Amino acid sequence: MSTESVTWHRVASRSELTPTNPLAVEVGGKLIGLYLVDGTVHAVGNLCTHEFAILTEGFVEGDVIECPLHQARFSIKTGKVLSEPADTDLPTYPVKLNGDDIYVGM
Amino acid sequence: MNTAPPQAIVIVGAGQAGYWGAHTLRKHGYSGRLVLIGDEVHPPYERPPLSKQVLKGEAEPASAWLTTPDTLAGLSVEFLSGRSVSVLDRHSRAVELQDGTRIGYDRLLLTTGSRPRRLNLPGENDAPVFYLRDVADSLALRARLIQGGRIIVIGGGLIGLEVAAAAVARGCTVTVIEAADRLMARVVGPAVSAHYAHLHSSRGTEILTGRIPERFEASAAGCRVICSDGSSSKGDLVVVGVGVVPNAELAAAADLKVENGLCVDEFCRTDDPNILAAGDVTNHFNPLLGCRLRLETWQNAQNQAIAAARNMIGDPQPYADLPWGWSDQLGVNLQVLGAAKSSAESTTRGDPASGSFTVFYLEGDRILGANAVNSPKDIAVARRLIAGNIAVDLRKLSDPAVPIRSLLT
Repeated sequence: MSTESVTWHRVASRSELTPTNPLAVEVGGKLIGLYLVDGTVHAVGNLCTHEFAILTEGFVEGDVIECPLHQARFSIKTGKVLSEPADTDLPTYPVKLNGDDIYVGM
Repeated sequence: MNTAPPQAIVIVGAGQAGYWGAHTLRKHGYSGRLVLIGDEVHPPYERPPLSKQVLKGEAEPASAWLTTPDTLAGLSVEFLSGRSVSVLDRHSRAVELQDGTRIGYDRLLLTTGSRPRRLNLPGENDAPVFYLRDVADSLALRARLIQGGRIIVIGGGLIGLEVAAAAVARGCTVTVIEAADRLMARVVGPAVSAHYAHLHSSRGTEILTGRIPERFEASAAGCRVICSDGSSSKGDLVVVGVGVVPNAELAAAADLKVENGLCVDEFCRTDDPNILAAGDVTNHFNPLLGCRLRLETWQNAQNQAIAAARNMIGDPQPYADLPWGWSDQLGVNLQVLGAAKSSAESTTRGDPASGSFTVFYLEGDRILGANAVNSPKDIAVARRLIAGNIAVDLRKLSDPAVPIRSLLT
């Protein structure tokens, strides 16, 4: 995705984010989950693609988020679905940092 | 067993388990003939929304479809909907449909599910009595849950209480009649039962425990339920949710072993090596718990069918899940993990008065199971503590100030 056409939105502070405590944010009506994996901030869709559930309320294990409702698992880095019952990947969004500010591009 | 790769697989039962069987076979490379037979007219779907979003009118049944006829056709799955199998002929390895059509198989997967247990009390046929299992049931009941309606629910288990919650959401007044001395006694501990009795009462629902319905009396205005203690309740209609009966008749008539469900091992095999089974219909051996179980859960329908499908095509996978299920009532999420054991000790994390808490069941310092009320993260951690056989510090477990994840390390 070209970042030139992207609008950056400040969504959270980097200091609020820990590897086991992802953050739920909303940009332009889209629900986005912010995760910290190996020191890098990732932004992926926060709605499970199987049924309505907020993924950041689930369980983070390394670079995998497990849905709190049915345990579908997704890669935080790529949004790829890793296990049933979901069969559609999560959208991913570009992230940039400016000091303590996390920006998500849409 | 015939060890050659199967060329024709027939799946009887096109619910959630049947769907996951077919989906998994194709996903794992099975390219032979695949027939999926179901007696409903809909594509395979998930049932949980039928007593929740669909019943409340927040969603339509199509939101629960797992697939579409076009997608199944694209996967070369011969989907026979609105058809039922009347005979299983193991000798010639074929099933016979009601219209006489015979379909041969190398391997058969039975995912015939279960049906509501009927009360069959005197007066039932003349009274407005509803059961809830399929899409048609949910829509028929929904049409009768109207503002100001007076609903009697027989059975204070998961289905009965979800119906009660949906009825309240639609403006009805509800009475729940439960034979046991507390709600959901089969799946949760006493503290959680008490919490739900309070939750439903606080929304105006009358909870009557320890009452055994004896007969129905129909009247112009609806009906009356008379209990064995002489008490009676009056309503426009009655909804019965008193458990299910496995649909094992087809298997039993073919002399497969049926004992509280169709008996299978941890590889989903019946005593006929060419016939496997999954979902509600099975009574299966769970190697994690070392005992046999008959489950009626979403998880079991999906994961046992996935394991069965892989076993059918020579990819042996034991089905070894810790039992898990959930319920949504009045905006409160309940998750139940593990097998109930009356001897277990329990400890509570969080204050029930706050609306979010988890009761853990333990044997010594090992967790056996948990009932989580509005606290799904506790279940994710409990599952890992049980799977890893990790000893827990009871003091930390019961202290919400200690992050529960810290118990994993």
